[in-house]
Amino acid sequence: MQATGFDAWAVSLVVFLPLLGALVMLAVPSKEEETHKLIALVSSLGALAAGIYILVQFDYDNTSELQFLVDKSWIDVINSRFIVGVDGLSLPMLILSLVVVPLCIVYSWQHIPEPGNPKAFLMLILVLATGMNGTFVSHDLILFFVFFEIVLLPMYFMIGVWGGPERKYASLKFFLFTLFGSALMILSFLALFFVAEDPSGTALNTFDMRALSQWAGAGLSLTTAVVIFGGMFMGFGIKVPMFPFHTWLPDAHTQAPTVGSVILAAVLLKLGTYGFIRIALPILPRAAEQWAPWIGLLAVIGIIYGALGCLAQTDMKRLIAFSSVAHMGYVMLGISTLTTLGINAAVFGMVAHGLITGILFFVAGSVKERYHTLEIARLGGLLKAAPRMGWILGFATMASLGLPGLAGFWGEFPAILAAYQPAPALSEELFRVYMVIAALGTVLAAGYLLWLYQRTAFGEPTEEFADLEIADVNQYEWLAWTPFLLAILAFGVYPNLIFSLTDDTVGNIVSAFGG
Amino acid sequence: MELAMLAFERPAIDWHAFAPELVLLAVGSILTLIDIVYNERARRVMPALAAVGLLATLVPVLTLAVDGADRSMFDGAFVVDDMALTLKALFLISGFVVVLLSVDYIRDGDYHENEYYSLLLASLLGMVLIASSRDLITMFIALELLSIPAYMLAAWRKGGATSNEAGLKYYLMGVFASAIMLYGMSLIFGVSGSTQFDAIRVALDTGGDSAPMVTLGILFVLVGFGFKVSAVPFHTWAPDVYEGSPTPITAFLAVAAKAAGFVALLQLVFVAFSGRYDVVEPFFWIMAALTMTVGNLMALRQTNIVRMLAYSGVAQGGFMLAPFAVAGQATDSAIQAIVTYLIIYAFMNLGAFAVVLAVAKKTRSGEISSYAGLFSYAPGLAVAMTVFMAALAGIPPAGGWVAKLLVWRALLDASSVQGTVLAVVVAFNAVLAFSYYAKVLREMWMSDAPDGDTSPVSVSGTLTLALGLTVLATLAFGVFPQLAARFGDFSASFAL
Repeated sequence: MQATGFDAWAVSLVVFLPLLGALVMLAVPSKEEETHKLIALVSSLGALAAGIYILVQFDYDNTSELQFLVDKSWIDVINSRFIVGVDGLSLPMLILSLVVVPLCIVYSWQHIPEPGNPKAFLMLILVLATGMNGTFVSHDLILFFVFFEIVLLPMYFMIGVWGGPERKYASLKFFLFTLFGSALMILSFLALFFVAEDPSGTALNTFDMRALSQWAGAGLSLTTAVVIFGGMFMGFGIKVPMFPFHTWLPDAHTQAPTVGSVILAAVLLKLGTYGFIRIALPILPRAAEQWAPWIGLLAVIGIIYGALGCLAQTDMKRLIAFSSVAHMGYVMLGISTLTTLGINAAVFGMVAHGLITGILFFVAGSVKERYHTLEIARLGGLLKAAPRMGWILGFATMASLGLPGLAGFWGEFPAILAAYQPAPALSEELFRVYMVIAALGTVLAAGYLLWLYQRTAFGEPTEEFADLEIADVNQYEWLAWTPFLLAILAFGVYPNLIFSLTDDTVGNIVSAFGG
Repeated sequence: MELAMLAFERPAIDWHAFAPELVLLAVGSILTLIDIVYNERARRVMPALAAVGLLATLVPVLTLAVDGADRSMFDGAFVVDDMALTLKALFLISGFVVVLLSVDYIRDGDYHENEYYSLLLASLLGMVLIASSRDLITMFIALELLSIPAYMLAAWRKGGATSNEAGLKYYLMGVFASAIMLYGMSLIFGVSGSTQFDAIRVALDTGGDSAPMVTLGILFVLVGFGFKVSAVPFHTWAPDVYEGSPTPITAFLAVAAKAAGFVALLQLVFVAFSGRYDVVEPFFWIMAALTMTVGNLMALRQTNIVRMLAYSGVAQGGFMLAPFAVAGQATDSAIQAIVTYLIIYAFMNLGAFAVVLAVAKKTRSGEISSYAGLFSYAPGLAVAMTVFMAALAGIPPAGGWVAKLLVWRALLDASSVQGTVLAVVVAFNAVLAFSYYAKVLREMWMSDAPDGDTSPVSVSGTLTLALGLTVLATLAFGVFPQLAARFGDFSASFAL
């Protein structure tokens, strides 16, 4: 049912308000930096307000139904339509993205990285916001693809212009990897357009995700389905990123400016996992069953490889980046079980990882700003030098290693548990092996995170910085960080906030796997 | 013999259908006359007259489009339908933008101005004509009409050795290609007994016993046009000619002249040779795959922006050739993909050349490294160039993604192994292509201006207009693809 009145505009506002803000900023001369910050903040808060309206008006009894639905004609010649809407699966991701962006802008108030130019920097953030929000609400494959791709250029420039010394290499690598994936992904989308047919044998010729999910690969030969799924796997898997396509991530994260890293970790990586759950699994469930063991394998390799990678790092930011590889491994493991528990855990893990890694990157950025280095060996005694920041880092590392009571736990633990009994079509023995490996991964995670915390926060400040006056958390940082900390705690204590939202939608998806 | 039989009887002429050609011819003649009478004193008004003339030519194109009826003259040798009108409009608008690009360049360079615009209009007349030609002879005449002025325009920088080389090279290769093509045409005429496309189609469908001759004829004609659209391995002239020609003429050759070649190919493949897709498809499969791959690999190594754009144009041509490889299996979507690609390509490529012209005015250099730090001193130009590079690379929301999407769609629509494999080749090439477009982006955004020279670039009014037009069109096509794609929907024109 299509939304009417203001409801019909709510989702579009969420998506396009940031873009509108960017267009307004285009007209303002770049000298007026304060005006730019204000416009950026207002437009992103406007989008958040529309998001809160959706959150309030959302019908929580029908979480699996697409609400605030708008279905308008867009590209008639290829029968692609402007279909946007929100359900229990998109809502948490959308809100995550809506909250992260204004907080990043607040953080940027005092922290525009070299070489400055807040106008361009903030405009890129707003364009990113449009791409990210749009991806989470699109229900047409071509529209999804466009939003999925819109985030590429802003992030490319953000890393390439405001990044670290290796920024040119890192930004190009990021771009080429993702572009390669999405080129194959769009081929799969187009293939779906041609192969999908209704029970009577007439071609559906549609990009509408709802219709394609309903079709769910009926009558399609398994080989074709597996190949088409493969294209989507490349598109989403590189974005996640899964082992062995993860190599762009540590480079991109390490070189990106703080805010870029936060957005990348908190939201961009989720576009990939979201794509798996929203598009790949429901549309081609039989192929998903064929791919699941391999996805699970790559996921557990990612968990162990990421953890070992972390142990080998000497740079704090690079360590956090590698921990992302490991954490996204748990999300993918959850997805690969094709069970309600596993996929619910995956969605929870996506939100939790977004919040936790986001705050970790924020703290790393602030540490770098104060010490001008992130070399773990040169840091130390953060708790003495800047106790509040030290405690926040401690809180975030605890959350990241999956301490019960904090958000990280609910992403990892159920995902591991789900591997004990995967969907009926999958091999129980295999996934139990995965389960054991993933559980070992949590031990390693505790190892590298505690080691990191110990070396940076405990003890006395190193000689080099002993006399340096280190400022503690300032007001902009408090403003930007507090919501993260509160959310990590709230979701940790009462995970049902998210599980209750996602459960029905996930249940619908999983019903195809007999789970 | 009775005298009455020898008397020439004028065929019926539909003046309305012929109006665009006539208006353009009139404007061109007026320009030449003014040149003869007023000579140098007329220099100032020439570009304005040419621009107005092109816009005036659009008027009959529009009235014909509103009228909507398909018109056919001279035993079907000259046809006006939706597709012909769309392509005529595309040529005229491209020509208009080229005039905008030329104004400063030709005036400041102290080149002959009056003749330049007359020749440009003559070449455009050939293009407008080729969009309507459905006959081997008409098509050949139109092709020569558009090529010969272009040979001269390529050599317009008379003082420069490279420009002379460009003109000569372009001329020799062009004539060579024409000869091959004519030979092919003669074979086809020999077998089919007609020069008219519909008649050729019927004859080739039935004439089974002379199959080798037909195959040879088709291949020769297609190879001839392969030169015109600079498809690999017939592309070798393009980079030298592009680099040596005056930059506005490079833009003209890269966009309008290339489009003209594709328009001819469309008529030939989908009408005249439509019974022999078994010959056409594999030929284009190989040529498309080669063209895009070689074009991209060569573009990667270029350090001069015009040469890079030349090779990128070769590669883009490969993307446009790809749908021909499934011409028989997915006719409608192939036509749609090619025409839409031509429309979007025209705007994004002309725009890129507009930026090149604007920047070269300050830096006096064609090296990609001279774009370093452009964002710091000319943010507007840098953003415009970013839009064009993103469009050429096929990154949404800039227009190019729609073009690539439709190519992929056509290839997959064929639901054949060849189509799918070529689609994957296109995908790999799309990624490859970004790495050299990114080179320009990297210089503009991430490097510092050479010698710290951050004095602003002065962009003239005409260039600003050209930039505004092309940026707007490129973005509009990307956000509302229907705008461009609806003009590519010609299933009716080819309903055979």
